[in-house]
Formats: sequence, structure tokens, C-alpha cells
Amino acid sequence: MSYIDKHRNLIDFTLSSLLRRKGKNIALILVYTLVVFILSSVMFFTHAIKKEASIILKDAPEMVVQRVVAGRHDLIPIRYIEKIKGIRGIGLPNARLWGYYFDPIAGANYTLIVPDDFQYGQGDIAIGKGISRSRLAYEGDIMPFMAYDGALINLRIRNVLSPESELVSSDLILISENDFRRIFGISKEYATDLTVKVRNQREINTIVRKITEIYPDTRVITKNEILRTYDAVFNWRGGIVIVIMSGAVMAFIVFAWDKASGLSAEEKKEIGILKAIGWETSDVILMKFWEGAVVSVTSFIAGIILAYFHVFFASSSLFEPVLKGWSVLYPEFKLTPFIDPYQVSTLFFLTVVPYTVATIIPSWRAATIDPDSVMR
Amino acid sequence: MIELINIKKTFNAGRPNEFSAINGVSLSIEANKVTVFKGPSGSGKTTLLSIIGCMTRPTSGRIMLADREVTSLPERFLTGIRRKTFGFIFQQFNLIKGITALENVMLPAYPMGEAYYPLKKRALETLDMFNISNKALSKVEWLSGGETQRIAIARALINIPSVIIADEPTAHLDTKLSHEFMDIISMLKGEGKTILIASHDPLVYESDVVDRIINIRDGMVAEWV
Ligand SMILES: Nc1ncnc2c1ncn2[C@@H]1O[C@H](COP(=O)(O)OP(=O)(O)OP(=O)(O)O)[C@@H](O)[C@H]1O
Ligand SMILES: [Mg+2]
Repeated sequence: MSYIDKHRNLIDFTLSSLLRRKGKNIALILVYTLVVFILSSVMFFTHAIKKEASIILKDAPEMVVQRVVAGRHDLIPIRYIEKIKGIRGIGLPNARLWGYYFDPIAGANYTLIVPDDFQYGQGDIAIGKGISRSRLAYEGDIMPFMAYDGALINLRIRNVLSPESELVSSDLILISENDFRRIFGISKEYATDLTVKVRNQREINTIVRKITEIYPDTRVITKNEILRTYDAVFNWRGGIVIVIMSGAVMAFIVFAWDKASGLSAEEKKEIGILKAIGWETSDVILMKFWEGAVVSVTSFIAGIILAYFHVFFASSSLFEPVLKGWSVLYPEFKLTPFIDPYQVSTLFFLTVVPYTVATIIPSWRAATIDPDSVMR
Repeated sequence: MIELINIKKTFNAGRPNEFSAINGVSLSIEANKVTVFKGPSGSGKTTLLSIIGCMTRPTSGRIMLADREVTSLPERFLTGIRRKTFGFIFQQFNLIKGITALENVMLPAYPMGEAYYPLKKRALETLDMFNISNKALSKVEWLSGGETQRIAIARALINIPSVIIADEPTAHLDTKLSHEFMDIISMLKGEGKTILIASHDPLVYESDVVDRIINIRDGMVAEWV
């Protein structure tokens, strides 16, 4: 196939041509790779973390009822269930017990939750990976807790959680109801909040209104509100990095433009020679296209692969301070690898295409000169 | 056979620096002959050669290549004809630096869509013909003047053209290399090539291999020899 052979030959020449200016082209590829790497890291990270959030919230109840005292979240009397369950269109409300426990040894806050179906008994706990790592605590070990009144309570670790999403479970401790109440001194009549399942999504607003009519001292938070908050937080955090990055990208564009638009006298002469020895204008442009394509596609692929490893295998270590930072327990948390083809192709069109075009345009002008210019 | 009919070339037409470099040249150049264009500097030899070689278009007049009118062809066709018909040897040789001698020789054939390996084989054979296949993988900037010249000739031959055009080929060569060059010309003539040379070097136009000398003066043919 002569068409394919032609491209092969042109690519061949392009490669040896690029090797001539090794230093310059390697520097270019490095900068280019770095830009793609950072951009795609941000992209992979925000996307994966949003996905994690949606996994977390998938099974969450449609609404949570909290009691508010003096404008602050307070314990809710379990007897509130009696009146709420009379509202039509909802499942049986569930009283939840959860809270935060500050561990002075690790310097971290743990999230303690009493699950509805706790598998183990009183005196047992299951802990998240992050806690296990930071405390070097494993199955069978004893973990002491300081109760509200100063008493020490020793609980036995029965399991280290290995969950779908490490984002939530990292700092999690599953605990029995009695131990929870004992540590925090919460009496039987109280719970942290109530969850309510709603059968028909369209009734959510009506039900929220009814609950607050029955108990004016409560606040109802719906799942949609939580989702929106998550979204806002991650978009915002991703946004900071994008802003910082756009500076780097601008620098890159200037760099690329300068490289591409300023054909050196030598390059112009070469184009003249090629034309004089029988290349068509389109052959020269094709060769320059391959030159731009080789540089940008190489950098693009390298950047994407590096970013993939950075985000999904190296825990986004470079962005930690900006993107996370809400707990000291996440030093190693791993996101589930996930790539959105739409995002990758967007990035492709924002980097590879402009660069390649920026390489072609100035050459195109040089390539339309008369070939006889090299004869004198 | 190449036929020129009343060729004129004006540079910068309509501007104050308008300059008429070729003023009505009509010529018939026979195939398989060595023709030398001779004349003082600025007389229009290079301009005429680039018009004959389809590198640049005349302002008026017609060129017939083997009875085919080529002046009015669009660029793509003209390039197609040019690279199949003509091989150019430039005064400064114009090799591309940084790549190997072999790649330089293969370069004119790249856009023709020929498969890489047969092309490479032919390029090596051409280099062999000039006893420089041992320099095939050297970068051209390391080559001696004579080697550079032979690479430039090999490059002009790679597309197997019927006409070789050489502009002042001996201008940068010493006497020995100039003689070597004329020997190569004689060899190419023996292979049936048509050869056009622009030169004011006596070593060239007094050579036995030359069949015809055309004197150019002020963009016109001055006399027949
Ligand atoms: N692109 C151009 N624009 C304007 N004038 C030109 C151009 N190209 C050539 N000329 C002029 O045309 C005339 C003929 O030039 P050409 O190069 O053909 O001369 P030549 O016979 O090859 O001279 P030499 O022996 O010095 O190489 C010169 O006076 C030159 O200045
Ligand atoms: Mg000249």
C-alpha cells in the first residue's frame, strides 16, 4: 500500500528529524508530559472521589431527622419515632447512634457508628484500615477508649474492615450499642438522629414539612442536600487546582506557540530543500503534522499513564494538601481506578490538537514558498 | 526532449523593483546530451534552470516536456512531473544536516509512497555506484567535500530521473574534485541521462563530454556553439 508506505517513510524521517534536536525536544516532551500529568491527575481524582461519594450515599436514607437545641445538633429522644411513623408514605424510622471520638495517641478523630446489624457482641469492635494502620492495631488486639467520665474501656478488635470505599471506612469504628452509650454517657432514651425512608420521591417535601410541624425543634436533612454538598466541596477543591494549573497551562501554550511559530532559519531552509528535491507542500505539512503528533501524543500518553498511577496507586500523594486534608487518617487511601473516556478525550482535544495545529500553521506558510529559493 | 517557447520571467512585476531576468528564450534541448549554460553572473542561468526544472513558473511562454505542455499544470501535477523527470544538484549541495547520508539520498523518494526496504536497497546501490556506501550511516556534516558532492548526486538520482540539472556544480570544488564530477557526468550520460549544467567554469564547458554550450546574456540566448 503506497499510501501507508508514504506515511511510514514520513514518520521515519520525522523521528530522525526530532532526534537531531534531542535536548530541545526532550525538554518539550517533559514539560508537556508534566502539564498533562497534573491536569489528568486532577481530573481522575475529582472524578473518582465523586464516584466514591455516590457509592457512599447510594444506600443512605432519603432523610435524616436531627434535633436542634440552641441552633446546634443535639441528641434526639427516641420516642419521637412514635409520632413520625404515623406520617403516610414512610418506612419505620430508625434511631441511629454515631459520633466522633478523639484519639490523643493518633491525634485523629474516629467515626464511631452503631450498625443496625452489628455482627459482634458487647466488648467487640471492627475498625477501618486507616485506624489499623495508624495504630498498628490488628484483629484480636485490644484497643482502649476513654469514656466520658474518665473510665478506661478496653474493646477487642474483631475485624479490620475492607470495604468498597476506603474514603469513608478509613477512620470508621463499628461498635455495639451498649459500648457506645457507655463511652459517651448517652442514656437509652436518646439517639444521635433518626433516619426515614421515603417510598415516593415526590412526597419528600411534604414529609419534611409534616415532620417539622410535629416537632418544631427538629431539622430534616435530605439525601439530595448531602449530594449537593459533596459535589460543591469536590468541585471547589478541584477548582483550586485547576486555577493553579491554568497558569502552568498558559506557560505551556506560550512555550508551544513560541516553539511552533518561530521556525528557525535552518528549519525554513530545510523546508525549501525538501520542496526543491520534489516534496509537495502537502508532504511537508504532513511531515510537520507527524512531528507535532509524535511529540504531543507521546507526552499525552505518558502524562495520562503517570497520572493514573499517581491517583490510583500512589494515593495522589502530590495533591494531598490541597485536595483532601480533612483527616489525618487518609495517608494511603486508595481510590477505585476509574477512567471516564469523555474526560480523557476532552483533555486530548485541549492539548494534542492545539499543539499539533500550532506546529503545522507556521510550516504551512514556509511550505508554500517556491522551491527555487534554495537554488540561490 | 525539452522545448522552450519564448520564455520570459519578470520578478516583482508591477513594483518599483521590477526586474526582467529572462527576456524571451526559445530553445530545444536534445535528450541524452550534455548541455552547458554559460554566461556572466546575473545573466539568468539559475533562473532559466529553475524554470526548465519546473521549480518556478515563467511569467509567459511555454515549456514542452516530451511533447507535453507543462507550464499551465497546477502545482501538484507539476511537482509530480518534476520529481519523476528531474534530479537536481545544487550549488551548495543542500544536504539536510543531522541525518545520515543514506537518509538524505532516500529523502526525495519518501513522499512517492515507495516501500521502505526496496527504496533503501536502491539508495545503497546508488551510493555503491559512487564508492561511498561505507559512509551511508555517517551524518552528512562529517563528510568531506568530495563525499558530500557524491551524496548530492546520489540524491539527485534516487527517483531515476531522465534529466539531471546541476547549477554551478564545481563552484565549491577544487580542480581534482571538479574533474571527478565531470567523470561522473560522463558516466551518467553513458546511462542515457539528459544533463543540463549552468557554469562559468572553463573546466566544465571545455570538457569533452559537453555536447553543446548555450551562452546566456541579459536573459537571452547570445549565440550558438
Ligand atoms: N526572486 C528574485 N527577485 C528579484 N530578482 C531576482 C530574483 N531571482 C533572481 N533575480 C535576479 O535575476 C537575475 C538573474 O539571476 P540568476 O540567479 O538567474 O543569475 P545567474 O546567471 O545564475 O548568476 P550567477 O552566475 O551569479 O549564479 C539577477 O540579476 C538576480 O538579481
Ligand atoms: Mg546562478
